[in-house]
Amino acid sequence: MNAVVARDLTRRFGSFTAVDHVCFSIPQGSVYGFLGPNGSGKTTTIRMLTGILEPTAGSAVILGLDIAGDRDAVKSRLGYMSQRFSLYDDLTVSENLEFYAGMFSLPRSVARGRIEEVVGMAGLSGRTRDLAGSLSGGIRQRLALGCAILHRPELLFLDEPTSGVDPVSRRRFWDIIYELAAGGTTIMVTTHFMDEAEHCDAIGFMFDGRLIASGTPRELKELLPGSSWELLSDHPMDLLEKLERRPGIVDASVHGRALHLQVESGWEDEVASMGANRIVPSLEDVFVHLVRKHRKERNS
Amino acid sequence: MRRLKALLVKEFIQMGRDRLTLAIMGLLPVIQLLIFGFAINTEVKHLSTAVFDQSLSAESRELVRSFRATGYFDIVRGAGSLEEMNALVQGGQVKVGIAIPPDYQERLRSGRQATVQVIVDASDSMSAGSALSTAQMVGLIKSQEILLRRLSPGRPGPVELPVDIRIRPWYNPDMVSSHYMVPGILGVVLTMTMMMITSMAIVRERERGTLEQLIVTPMKTWELMVGKILPYVVVGYVQLTLGILIGVAVFRVPVKGSLLLLYLLASLHILASLAWGLLISSIARTQMQAMQMSFFGLLPSILLSGFMFPREAMPLFFRIISNILPVTFFLQISRGILLKGVGLAILWYQVVALSGLLVLFLGVSLLKFRKTLA
Repeated sequence: MNAVVARDLTRRFGSFTAVDHVCFSIPQGSVYGFLGPNGSGKTTTIRMLTGILEPTAGSAVILGLDIAGDRDAVKSRLGYMSQRFSLYDDLTVSENLEFYAGMFSLPRSVARGRIEEVVGMAGLSGRTRDLAGSLSGGIRQRLALGCAILHRPELLFLDEPTSGVDPVSRRRFWDIIYELAAGGTTIMVTTHFMDEAEHCDAIGFMFDGRLIASGTPRELKELLPGSSWELLSDHPMDLLEKLERRPGIVDASVHGRALHLQVESGWEDEVASMGANRIVPSLEDVFVHLVRKHRKERNS
Repeated sequence: MRRLKALLVKEFIQMGRDRLTLAIMGLLPVIQLLIFGFAINTEVKHLSTAVFDQSLSAESRELVRSFRATGYFDIVRGAGSLEEMNALVQGGQVKVGIAIPPDYQERLRSGRQATVQVIVDASDSMSAGSALSTAQMVGLIKSQEILLRRLSPGRPGPVELPVDIRIRPWYNPDMVSSHYMVPGILGVVLTMTMMMITSMAIVRERERGTLEQLIVTPMKTWELMVGKILPYVVVGYVQLTLGILIGVAVFRVPVKGSLLLLYLLASLHILASLAWGLLISSIARTQMQAMQMSFFGLLPSILLSGFMFPREAMPLFFRIISNILPVTFFLQISRGILLKGVGLAILWYQVVALSGLLVLFLGVSLLKFRKTLA
């Protein structure tokens, strides 16, 4: 069964189309990564699915209920964590949690247990009396997640939950996400981190308001034409200029001191003779390739 | 109920944590009352006056005494010339100049008319007004005295005037300005605090992003509105109580009518002002905008409501505008109850008007919120 089914979901702001006929579905219990450059329509899509924005056209079915219909019926089964970890800074950790427990009408006895559970899971014990405004990024983020999952939502939307958070906190956060997914929660998460995307069950790739690719990480990597190679160099930028227009090179991009090349079949030997090594492409390569391809198409 | 309770608890905690705002809400009525109550006195007495007496006679001295006896003129300077007197008025050292002609005594004695010139600095229209009317009164009474003496020489005992108009200022017999001001300040302070605070309330959540978080909960629009309004009703009543206590203790404002009725009807004013703030909150996108819009509503509330200037003197257009200000009606209610001791039988119109405004503001903001929240 699918937790989310979006059909031709569209949202226009004036003459600008933020989301353009987007179709996808997310099977129950899976982690769906939503990728794309800034302004590509990821947040707008999530805001429509959570009921904050009304779609201009198209429809979506969330947990078996149409979002155009009875929104309130589905609200108590959703969790949402917005980009900014919006918490009440002038309330303490436990006051924030108690507030959201109240907003989802959890009975007091249930609420107490859940809050304890969330505090333990998010590593907030010892900080419950601190004002939310005094917390560091990583802890704020876990508290925001805690507030969003207190009512045990079946479907959880996370909008860039790890932006501005240190790597250790990021790892810890993803451990919680896997735990939730293992418990049967469906999770839709937007991110800019490719290592996070690698761990998703499925990925949707947004560009200019359209979903330009979707599938498992492996399926997406197969979209890359030819084979992937890496060439180490002290001056990768100079090398990039030289190689970019060479026949046989579909795509080239700089990754630190390395140059990643997409090579058409038949040209492998020549690239190998330059000292390049064959690599397994990363999602980042896919990302860069897709963005370039669509920019080119858009501009021509 | 659980949700509404959670919202209320949250609001009260936030209110308690914001010590500065809390202090301002408590001190505002106290300070405003003390400032306005003491400083604003529309009845201007003790105007500094210069006299240029060219007659230097018993008659002229008696005239000056009559001026001084009214209490409106404090003779602070004698001027040696008309130029000197004019310079004193021009320089602002005195507000009034009285010039008595050299032939004042002779003219009176010979039964001719004597002209006394009174110069008033009318750049301040309020003090000019009372100086003008009092000076005219002095002239009139003096003339009457002299006329009567002339008409019936040798008649013993006091002479009765043919017409005696007796004026009795009801409800405020001593014409104390502060009695009139205090009930008004109560209304204005309530409007000011209630409107400003709620106008920020929802915009702040929008700015901080917490509103979006609230929208995805099963919360109903009315729950949010009640949650934002109710805590400030308590604040409003605290302000009202502080205001009345100071009004009675410091300014000796009489409480002629039913305090219970005043408290009851104050709820309409408080709620209408809160609803007004909510309306602003539903339109403004930022706290800055909300603040500016509050100020936009605040000035008419002070200037057009009848708090400072009588509405009767306003052109029709502005009187119509003052009809959408809750404070206009609350002023009539609080003055009516405190100073006149009247009840619902007389105040029903104000009650209906306030209720109408309340329903209007609440209704529009509810609709507006439905749109922005959904």
